[in-house]
This record gives sequence, structure tokens and C-alpha cells, in this order.
Amino acid sequence: MKNLLGFVTLVFIGLLLLLVIQEMPVFGDPTNPVHNEVSQRYIEQTVEETGVLNAVTAIITDYRGFDTLGEITVLLTAIAGLLAVLRS
Amino acid sequence: MRDLIIRVISRFMIPFIQVYGAYIVLYGHLSPGGGFAGGTVIASSIILYILAYGLLSEEKRIPEHFTRVVESAGALFYVFVGLLGVLLGTRFLGNSVAGFPLGIPGRLSSGGTIFLLTFAIGMKVASTMITLFSHLIDEEREEG
Repeated sequence: MKNLLGFVTLVFIGLLLLLVIQEMPVFGDPTNPVHNEVSQRYIEQTVEETGVLNAVTAIITDYRGFDTLGEITVLLTAIAGLLAVLRS
Repeated sequence: MRDLIIRVISRFMIPFIQVYGAYIVLYGHLSPGGGFAGGTVIASSIILYILAYGLLSEEKRIPEHFTRVVESAGALFYVFVGLLGVLLGTRFLGNSVAGFPLGIPGRLSSGGTIFLLTFAIGMKVASTMITLFSHLIDEEREEG
């Protein structure tokens, strides 16, 4: 009974996901909502605004530097947790 | 694990891996790469050294308190560079708005604070990988 319930739930969720995939935008289509003015600005203005040639580095450390600070905090927290658990 | 072939090969490989990792970190703003990728490459050379020569030999060369200091220093240096923007009268992590010279695009000195931030990320990631690996392998040895 429990297995049957799980099976029916999984089939239902799978069908739901398949229905959603039908509505997804086509991959690589220029009219997709991903291709908005943000990426346009990064591509066109990176060299003028930050002076670096690598746009990925410019986004990581300049436009979204605060996000990278969060990633560094994640690493620091991971090490703090590891040392707290393993060093007794 | 203490194989002669692995030891001799890694003795040749480690300097090249470290130079390549330093290149990826320092040229992160000019070519593909950056702090995360370069730091991982540098850490992988130390991990190769641990695998070939053992943990005790590695701890003699790079003491544990050294990696711990480098780790905290990387994170603190990042925050310090960010606070420089505040001290200069603009926002946190401000680059060109805070008046840092951007230089000529394509030069090593270009990009204002981006070079310093990439360096800090590289320090942090490399020391984190080394500390993680050495502690996990240490724990396994105690169990087995």
C-alpha cells in the first residue's frame, strides 16, 4: 500500500515535470528572457568600467564582489566546522 | 602508496603545477582562470606531495599553523580591500567609483582592486583545500 502510494506520487510528479518542460523556452533562442540588458551590459561595458579583459573575473570580483565574499565565508565556515569536529 | 615511480614523477611535476597555479591566479583578470581555479591547482600540487611522500613529511615543510594563518589572512585581506572603498568615501568593494586606477586593459597592473581580490581568493581556496585534505586523511589513518 505504501509502495503503491509512493509510485503514484512519483508518476504524478514526473508527469507534472514533463508538462512544465513543454513550456520551457528553446535553448539558445535569442528571444529568451535570459538574454536581457544585464548580460548585454556586461559584454559591452566590462572593459570600460573595470579595466580587465576577462569578463567572468570582472563579474566575480567587481560587479558581484559581495557574493564572492559570501563564498569565502562558506569556505571559512566549512573549515571551522571541520576543525571543531575532527580536532578533539 | 610509497611507490618510487610516484615519488620521482611528482618531484618533477610539483614545481610545474605550482607555477601554473600561480599563473592562473595572477593572470586571472587577463585570461581564463581566477582565484578559485588557481587556488585549487596550487592545492592539488600539495595534495600530490602528501600522496607521494606522506603527511608527516608535508607537515614538516608546511606547518599546520602556517596554513591556518594564510586562510584567515586571505579572508581578512578580502574584507580589508572591500573596506578600502568605504574609507575612500564610496561603497563596500568599490573599484573604479572609489578612485582606484584602472590602468591600460591587457596589462598585469590593470583592473584596480580586482588583482588584489583574486589573489586573496587564491590564498583562501588553496589553504582551505590543503587543510581539508590533510585533516581528512589524518582522521582515516587514526581509524585504520
